This record gives sequence, structure tokens and C-alpha cells, in this order.
Amino acid sequence: MIELLDKLDRRIIYLVIGIVVAYPLIVHPVMPIRVSEEVKRAYEFVEDSLPSGSVILISIDYDAASEPELTPMFRAVLTHAFRKGHKVIYMGHWALGLPLAQKDLEEIAHRMGKTYGVDYVNLGYRPGFVTVMLAMGRELRDIYSSDYQGIPIDSIPMMANIHNYDQIDLIIGFEAGSTGEFWIQYVGSRFNKRMFFGTTGVVAPDLYPYYASGQILGLIGGLKGAAEYETQIGHPARGVFGMPAQSFAHLAILIFIVIGNIGYILRRRR
Amino acid sequence: MKREVPLAITFITGVLLVVAFFVPHPPLGDLQQRFQIWYSIVAGFTFLLGLDSLVKHHLKKIQHRRSGWGFSVALLISFFTTLILGFYSWFVFSSPYDLRAPFQWLYTSVILPLQATMFALLAFFIASAAYRAFRARNLAASLLLVSAGIVMLGRVPIGKAIWSGLPVISDWIMNYPQMAAKRGILMGTYLGAIAMSLRIILGMERTYLT
Repeated sequence: MIELLDKLDRRIIYLVIGIVVAYPLIVHPVMPIRVSEEVKRAYEFVEDSLPSGSVILISIDYDAASEPELTPMFRAVLTHAFRKGHKVIYMGHWALGLPLAQKDLEEIAHRMGKTYGVDYVNLGYRPGFVTVMLAMGRELRDIYSSDYQGIPIDSIPMMANIHNYDQIDLIIGFEAGSTGEFWIQYVGSRFNKRMFFGTTGVVAPDLYPYYASGQILGLIGGLKGAAEYETQIGHPARGVFGMPAQSFAHLAILIFIVIGNIGYILRRRR
Repeated sequence: MKREVPLAITFITGVLLVVAFFVPHPPLGDLQQRFQIWYSIVAGFTFLLGLDSLVKHHLKKIQHRRSGWGFSVALLISFFTTLILGFYSWFVFSSPYDLRAPFQWLYTSVILPLQATMFALLAFFIASAAYRAFRARNLAASLLLVSAGIVMLGRVPIGKAIWSGLPVISDWIMNYPQMAAKRGILMGTYLGAIAMSLRIILGMERTYLT
């Protein structure tokens, strides 16, 4: 018995995890979502503090590996921004992430009747991370002379009066790595820009110190953060529907840890 | 000269960019902007360098029939297929990222599911690893175990359903002990980064030259 508890076959663990993740995704039970302070603050800034027509820069700093966590929050924030009549500049520092979220951008823009070049623009990808961020602070055209399709920036109506961060009211980054910290350290501190981030659950603890110090307005952490933002805008989607799967998976892992520890303690006593 | 010239370039560029960060006015600001554009161009060319090295490495592996050469064949076929579709999409649709372009199809139908699948497998490995490694061997491990358990449950809706106090304790752990540790790590990391940068700028650290 002790052996069984202490050395559980990994195939049993895989099977249980597979079932507890798949079942809620098929059945779609809905769980009540408690909205955290950091998500509420991000939401309230877009909702109340920005006048309609404000310019929001959205940076896609993730790829397919983090898509299930970050795309739901990107969709929720974008829907909210468009609903409030804000203009969106779409760019990113992860080359493989941009085409990923572009589908969602086009789909949501089309659904909400937004026009490319008037309500939103896709600048695409440029290599260089920090240098791109810093150079954009002086003149955006030095780095992005054209959009992702090669259309000159100067011929895009929305960009006519946008030259640097002075004309951008808010920066929102969706982060699967340390790019968010670069945004804070190089753009937030130097250009005094207001910003908040949506991050994977793993990255969120790295940004908590910046939230506590007021350097970022809010923080949307992991799929739970996405579910909270979706709840705030009254548009439950992948975040809310993914919560039961995540809940059951966490519970299953904890039960396995408890089983392992019972086996370990019993073996030590013997 | 082989050492002195790179060291001098590093020193001048390093000092200039540090000063320009705090004094972004002409002429320093303009110079910094120029350096940043140069960096962006050089960074773009590093991709070419990387591709050249990657292709050469795998061609050699196939040529000498080294272990796993079949994977190199798959890699080169995938690489050139992506490249050809990228150029084709560029010429026909003006951009490889056009939603109708075959490059975009390749991205959404092949690259994206492959990458997502690789990452999704982590859920199984994490569960198995947590079961095997998360043992209350001593006080520190027990504290980590208890706090991890509270945060894992407190951060998902089921935690509140089990006990309404769980999310509150979870938030407290994230906002105080976690944040204090994180701040300590961050300060240590950045002090180290400053020290290393100064060593490089002043020419004390020269390993990058070799």
C-alpha cells in the first residue's frame, strides 16, 4: 500500500490530468469569477480614465505556446478598447506571435465595424526589443516607416499625427517573457507612459513589484486574469470557460501531491 | 590594436548611450537614435547569420550521415517550404501575413498547433513532477508546499468554493512574502547587471572579445 502511494504509476497521473482537463472543456460548466483588484484597475482605466478616441498601443510579446492564456485576454481587452471607441496600434516583439493574434484582431475589428487605417493599424514586427522601444520614443517612423503590408505609415490616416509616445495614451503588453519589464524600465520610466500588462501565470509574479510600486496601472495574470477581464466587460469567452478545467487540474495536482506525501511520511515511519 | 580598438569602441559607445539615456537632447539624443537604428538593422542581419549557420550545420550532418540525420532532412524541408511559401505570399498577396496567404495557412495549421502541443504536454509532466518532487522533507520544503497549495487553489474559482478564505490568503501570499522575495531577487539581479555592464564598458571584462 505504501509503495503504491509513494510510487504511483505516471500513466495514472497522465490519465487523470487528461480527464480533468478534457471533461470541463467538453461539458462547459461555469464557475463564479472573483475579479481581483489588479484586473479591476486595468479595466477601470480603459473604461473611465481614457476619453473616447484615445490611442492605445498593444504589444504582442508571446507565441503559440502561451496562446491559450494570452489570446483570451487580448481579445477581451481589444473588444473593450474598440467598444469605448479607442484607436489601436498593434505591434510586437515576438516575430511568431504577431500573425497569431492578427487573426483575432481582424476578426474582432470586422465584427465591431472598425476600419483598418482609421480605427486600428498593424505595424508588424521589427527586431531589436529595447532599441525599438527607445527609438519609438523619438520618432516612430525611424523604425516603422511602413505597416506590416508595406503601406507607408504617412499614408495611413490614423497615423498622421502619431510620431512618438507623446501621442499614445496607453500601452498594453501581452507578455510571455521579460519584454514587459523592458517596457516598464525603458518606456514607462523614461517617457512617463501609463501602461498595464496581461501576462502568463508564470510571468505575473515578476510584475507584481511594479504593480505595487504604481509603475503599472494593472495586471491581468494568467487565464484567470483573462476570465476576470471577460467578466468585467460582460463578455464571457475562452477565459471564463477555461476556468473549470484549470480549477480541476490544480485540484488534481494537489491531490497527487498529498498522496505522494502520505506515502513518503508512511515510508519514513516504517 | 586588435584588442585596443574594440575596447575603445565599447567604451565610447557605452558611455555615450548611458549619458544619452539621461540627457536625451541634441546632439546626444540624435546620436543615440542613430545607434538604435543601426542596432535594429544589425539585429535583422543576425537572422541571416543564424539561418546560414543552421543550414550549413544540418547539411553537414546529412552529408556525413551522423546520428539523427533524418531529423535534419525534415528540418531543411520544413525550412525551405516555409521560405518558398513566404516569398510566394509576399509576391502574390503583398505580405506573408495576409490572412489569405499560404504562409499564414502554414503558420496557423502547422507551426501554431505544433508549438501549442509541445507546451500543452507540460501539464502532464508538471503534474507528474509535482507528485514526485514536492515532498515535505524539512520545514522549508513544508512551508513551500503549504503556500504553493494555497496559491494553487486560491487563484482558481474552485478555491473559493472550498473555502472563501483561500483567495484572501492567496492574495496575501502573492502581495507580501512573494513580492518581498521577488524584489530582493530583482535588486540583486540588476545590481549584478550594472556591475557587469560597468566592467565591460571599462574594459575589465574582456571575454566577449575571444
